[in-house]
Amino acid sequence: MTDLSEFEAAVSSPHVPNDELDSDEVNALIESVSPSRLALRRFMRHRVAMASLVVFTLIAIWIILAPITARYGEIEILAPFNGKRGLNSPGAKAWFGTDQLNRDLYSRIIWGGRVSMFIGLTVALFASVIGTLVGAVAGYRGGIIDDMLMRTTDLFLAFPTLVLLLVIRNLFDQLTWLNWLVGDLKSIRFIIVLLVALSWMSVARIVRGTVLSLKEREFVEASVALGSSAPRIVVRHLIPNAIGPIIVALTTSVVAAIVAESTLAFFGFGIDPVYKTSWGGLLGDSKGQVLTGKWWLLVFPGAVFVITIMCINFIGDALRDAFDPKQGQARR
Amino acid sequence: MSDTLRESVEGPVTDAVFEIRDLRIHFPTMNGDVQAVRGVDLSVHKGEMLAVVGESGSGKSVTFLGVMGLLPPSTVITGSAKLGETELIGASSKTVRRVRGHKIAMIFQDPLSALNPVQRIGPQIVEMIRSHDPMSKAAAESKSVELLDLVGIPQPSARAKQYPHEFSGGMRQRVMIAMAIANDPEVLIADEPTTALDVTVQAQILEVIQRIQHELHTAVVLITHDLGVVARVADQVQVMYAGRSAERADVMTLFKDPTHPYTVGLLKSLPRSGQERLTPIIGTPPNMLRPPSGCAFRPRCEFATDVCAVDLPELRPFHNSQTACIRVEEIDLEPVL
Amino acid sequence: MIRFILRRLLWAIPTLLIVTFLVFVAIRVGTDPVASYLRINSRASPAKIQQYKEANGLIGTIPEQYVRWLWKFVRFDWGVSIKGRVPVWPSIKAALSNTFILGAFASVIGITVGLGIGILASLKQYSKFDSLSSASAFIGLSIPPYISAVLLQLVFSYYVTKWFDLSKPFLPPSGVYPPGHGDNFDLFLRFKHLILPGTVVAIQTIAVYSRYMRASLLEVKNSDYLRTARAKGISETRVIVRHALRNALIPIVTVAAIDVGAIIGGLIITERIFEYKGMGDFFLTAFENGDFPQLMPWMVLVVISLILFNLLADVAYAFLDPRIRL
Repeated sequence: MTDLSEFEAAVSSPHVPNDELDSDEVNALIESVSPSRLALRRFMRHRVAMASLVVFTLIAIWIILAPITARYGEIEILAPFNGKRGLNSPGAKAWFGTDQLNRDLYSRIIWGGRVSMFIGLTVALFASVIGTLVGAVAGYRGGIIDDMLMRTTDLFLAFPTLVLLLVIRNLFDQLTWLNWLVGDLKSIRFIIVLLVALSWMSVARIVRGTVLSLKEREFVEASVALGSSAPRIVVRHLIPNAIGPIIVALTTSVVAAIVAESTLAFFGFGIDPVYKTSWGGLLGDSKGQVLTGKWWLLVFPGAVFVITIMCINFIGDALRDAFDPKQGQARR
Repeated sequence: MSDTLRESVEGPVTDAVFEIRDLRIHFPTMNGDVQAVRGVDLSVHKGEMLAVVGESGSGKSVTFLGVMGLLPPSTVITGSAKLGETELIGASSKTVRRVRGHKIAMIFQDPLSALNPVQRIGPQIVEMIRSHDPMSKAAAESKSVELLDLVGIPQPSARAKQYPHEFSGGMRQRVMIAMAIANDPEVLIADEPTTALDVTVQAQILEVIQRIQHELHTAVVLITHDLGVVARVADQVQVMYAGRSAERADVMTLFKDPTHPYTVGLLKSLPRSGQERLTPIIGTPPNMLRPPSGCAFRPRCEFATDVCAVDLPELRPFHNSQTACIRVEEIDLEPVL
Repeated sequence: MIRFILRRLLWAIPTLLIVTFLVFVAIRVGTDPVASYLRINSRASPAKIQQYKEANGLIGTIPEQYVRWLWKFVRFDWGVSIKGRVPVWPSIKAALSNTFILGAFASVIGITVGLGIGILASLKQYSKFDSLSSASAFIGLSIPPYISAVLLQLVFSYYVTKWFDLSKPFLPPSGVYPPGHGDNFDLFLRFKHLILPGTVVAIQTIAVYSRYMRASLLEVKNSDYLRTARAKGISETRVIVRHALRNALIPIVTVAAIDVGAIIGGLIITERIFEYKGMGDFFLTAFENGDFPQLMPWMVLVVISLILFNLLADVAYAFLDPRIRL
């Protein structure tokens, strides 16, 4: 689609001082649409992103203030009530019901959200830093480094993610010389290292692509001609100019990390459920229970989870539009 | 050139094959209507080449895309465009479809992007023929080879089996022309056909178009911003500015005795030998969301006075031309050439 | 073209060797086969352990073990699983065919519906349908498969059954056939068991492909050659079908080929939740048991499928787009 911004440019100043543009201008006009629809769409687009930001902030505050907002402790087992020592349906005592051990689901969603969100943000942060550095160097230097990056990531990105996560999880666990880094198999640290080990790759590829195109630009060539050192060019020119794609990749990584962690937890490969929980762990608890009608175990954590993911996705999409208005529409 | 003499400057003659009257084209947008074309009159005769000249956004391409029904459905088009007896504006899409490609055909600026990249040249021409003439596939195929030969493509039968990317830019434009003339149209509209091509190739393409004009007696509308091209091939010239006609004359008169300040400005901005600097037209073209009242060229015109802001100027006879300048009698337009 | 395919197939051999070696090392180091064996046969005598090691080629350095494994593998001597001592090939073959059926079912529905939605959305850009399908696709992509899977079980296996007071689940929540049915082919039962897992996979596929198709067709719709096609005076249907779709589908076919190749290793989550005995479930079970003899052939088949379908994507691209020369 001819882009909105281009479209507006053509409309507000139809006379570009370049004769060749006549046809493009017509193209822009050819795709014109009913004005109310266009306005509605733009409005929606921004409104959805804004609403997502508000909802996400509220969820974040709700989670961060866990000691205040949560009604019970993270692994606190409630005394039997309604004559049941577990799986109490939602009510005054436990708003979202309780799990098999009679732990309050509402509080566990808050505590679990802390873990999920912490993992998501930390992984995205590390992945972005590593991915940016590797991608920038590979894109700038080219040659063997670049080939190696591309071939390795080709291989890893082709494999089913869950298979990779599980195989590498076991590998990290068995390699004793990695112990200082990864820690215990069921710790949060382990999960973070595991997810960073995989998720830096997509960031690196995005940054590499951006750097490759930036490299040809005049200001970089000028800098090279002036004798700037390679690290200086990468840090001072290439990375700052690639900041848009990096931020977009960061939001994508947050979602990917939260989803990956919850997948692992769902199948029991996550953090130790005795001491801590995450949204994935809570969802995993619902697995065997829905067939006996314990809907609250799925519906509440599932809703919070999906809403959070959707908010981050919408924010990321709006950022993509903001940074790259030319491609935003066609791609999503 | 004898054909051109038939068109007298006293007024529109009635035997025009293609005639546009008071055509208006508006694009509704969020910020209001873009008034791309604001009342254009124009006519072209059998075997004649009419050049439509103007800057970007003067509405010259939009006029013909609108007539051909190639603008989006939300576009508001009013006025009249008659091809022989057939009225195109407001006609059913079926009527317009039957006419376009058959009686009126169009060539576009960029011949690479204008041809379907995944279809061989031959079938693209065959499709054009068979959508208007129920001949057999074999007959259409041999006709398409003849057409390729006619526009000067060597080894036409072999070339017909090739894809657009296997052709050079000039050859692709020849293919476009072959396709456009496949059904022997009465009017051929060439929208900047040489803009995307090398200078040397430009001349060849113009020659092909001219040959079609003369041999097939096709009426040709050449949309261009290049006055050099106009001087070389056109019979009649219509200058457009801000969606309206500024001036209409035969090509000799226009260059020798321009009757509109905008035409003078255009001619002055042409590079000439012995001149060190080009003389551009000062200012920028108007915003078509809110075009100025009266004569749209007024803000850039050195002769403009308050009377120019009152009415939309219509074309009227003056000397051997038709001009839209209401003050042409009072001002002193210096000859340029 | 044939030369290209042959060359690519030849290249696939070293690729396969390198990848399988890496996978071999990763799995061999990651899951200790002896530990797995002892977990199942906790009272095995040292002699038994030695025998197990020899049978599975666990003697010597890892490269030596790899070569020995490879030699057995290419002679189709795939051995037996650690748990249950089941021959690997028949069970992996059954898993393959189950995944194939689920994958084909979900892909055919998902891709067809997705493309249909994408085409309609781009033809009616900015219409209510367009906005609605965009929003739905966005939501579809934000729901992980395990949530939609469990939700479907809750609704169609539990609640619908309860509301209509049925004796058996309205739609079965798990399995390929009902318990105790055996492996006798029964189209109706088979289909019934495909609906829920198929829906989970199809939702994702529809969401992704409707977006692809919409974007691709919008780009083509805006192209000059479509304007030329309209200027020919052919019918709008012909413009869309013969010119627009023909071009817009080229990138989609390529992506679809790669996606189909990923199916055999890509349905782990869905298959596990619905206890559908396919490749994904096979992998997860083998992984949980540390069942080395089952894991390696699984990996090799997945890698071969990825390589072959990537090749297929390239060939299809060259076939559909004359500008590409192989």
